[in-house]
Amino acid sequence: MTAAEYLAIATAVFAALGIAWYGFTASGMIRPLFLPSPGQVINRLRELWSTGQLAADAGISIYRIGIGFLISTVIALPIGVLIGCYRAWEAAIEPFVDFIRYMPVVAFVPLTILWTGTGDAQKFLIIFIGTFFQQVLLIMDNVKSVPRHFIDLGRTLEMPEWRILQRIVLPSAMPGIWDSMRISLGWAWTWLVVAELVAATSGLGYRITTAQRFFLTDLIFGYLLILGILGLATDQIMKYAGRRLFHHREVA
Amino acid sequence: MAEPKLVIAGLGKTYRTGRGETVALKDVDLAIDENEFVALVGTSGCGKSTLLAIAAGLETHDAGAISIDGEPITMPGLDRGVVFQSYTLLPWLTALGNVEFALKAAGTPRHEATGIAQAHLALVGLEGFEGAYPSELSGGMRQRVAIARALSYRPKMLLMDEPFGALDALTRHHMQELLTAIWEKHRLTVLFITHDVEEAVYLSDRVAVMTNRPGRIKSIIPVPLPRPRRYELISTPEFRKLQLDVLEEIRSESMALAALGKVLA
Repeated sequence: MTAAEYLAIATAVFAALGIAWYGFTASGMIRPLFLPSPGQVINRLRELWSTGQLAADAGISIYRIGIGFLISTVIALPIGVLIGCYRAWEAAIEPFVDFIRYMPVVAFVPLTILWTGTGDAQKFLIIFIGTFFQQVLLIMDNVKSVPRHFIDLGRTLEMPEWRILQRIVLPSAMPGIWDSMRISLGWAWTWLVVAELVAATSGLGYRITTAQRFFLTDLIFGYLLILGILGLATDQIMKYAGRRLFHHREVA
Repeated sequence: MAEPKLVIAGLGKTYRTGRGETVALKDVDLAIDENEFVALVGTSGCGKSTLLAIAAGLETHDAGAISIDGEPITMPGLDRGVVFQSYTLLPWLTALGNVEFALKAAGTPRHEATGIAQAHLALVGLEGFEGAYPSELSGGMRQRVAIARALSYRPKMLLMDEPFGALDALTRHHMQELLTAIWEKHRLTVLFITHDVEEAVYLSDRVAVMTNRPGRIKSIIPVPLPRPRRYELISTPEFRKLQLDVLEEIRSESMALAALGKVLA
């Protein structure tokens, strides 16, 4: 299948859903309070865009996810590599990470508010708790899946251990690590919105909660669409960048 | 007479697992002379790859001794070039980059590495493919790069673990011809592991037949066929005779195993 055909199918599905949505609302079967029409939603978004509200809300959310995700990744990367390489470190860290990983992130919200208030720090913290522990395990697996023979090659070339790590293990694990980053970034979006829904004074999630108070269903729908578009866009950008960065990757 | 290059004496290896012990190698004796090509044949699981891994320094042994030029082998080293069965080219480097990678690890100055790498790719008939990534190369081409890589830093000997095992028959024949041509021109001490008897006879000066677990060298059959060898050689009666001799050695081994199976059953 060519890239154009792929895009055509993907676009057609979106178009079909859009038309179905329009058809439903135009038929008058459902009250606009429950399902606003596409036109209503677009008008609301246009209005929020012209006042600068939409850009401000999206901007603050993107800022939070950017910082939170960055902190998480920067710490998860060395730890994941370490426990992927050394069994003793794995024993020390992996069970603990698994233990925390199974605690629902939402349950940390009250605690994080207690610890850091309701500012940006709390959003970073929630994103961190939600993504860090997953990232560590994903990266560990990426490192572990480096072919044994690649490491043996380094050893037959008398490369010191840190050179093998730097010149063989990391480059070999990098495409997988990149994919793990892409997947965990998707989760990070969820945790951000959760944090913003519960306690915030700005951001996309916050605007959705206030809209709920005034029955502004069109705004809720509009912002959900924005969240979907932002998620899809970052995912596609990461995918594209990954393909460019790791173009040598096996096709089969 | 000079000392042999590689000397293996009374070598043993036992794997200890939760369910008990597996004796992989027991009392293995083998000596390979300088610039000699020795093929080691045996059925799958006989421990021949374990022996090669020990020679490479990637595995330890727990009995006997193994040495190269009189130096005991305890670790991997640049004096032994290894070609594995699976594709071990680094996928993020080009063909040239993969050979340069080994040269740089071996301490070759950067400005010399490229030239040496190019020369070795030419040696294996890959001029024009310097910039190709492994994913763009066929299986045979990848193994040719791996051979170029192992030769590039001038190891004292080459250890090859079924390097053509994953290739189709036609490509395999082609690779065997190529390896013979390179070897006849440049001479190098080679230990070549295979389960393909024809391949073993065609390539080597001597064929060592290994028994099944525990692995031991059962017999060593000299291959006094003239060189340079061309592929037509395999249809000559002399070649067929040697091939049958080796096969017979392996067959009697598996017969013994089958008989043992009957006794146990």
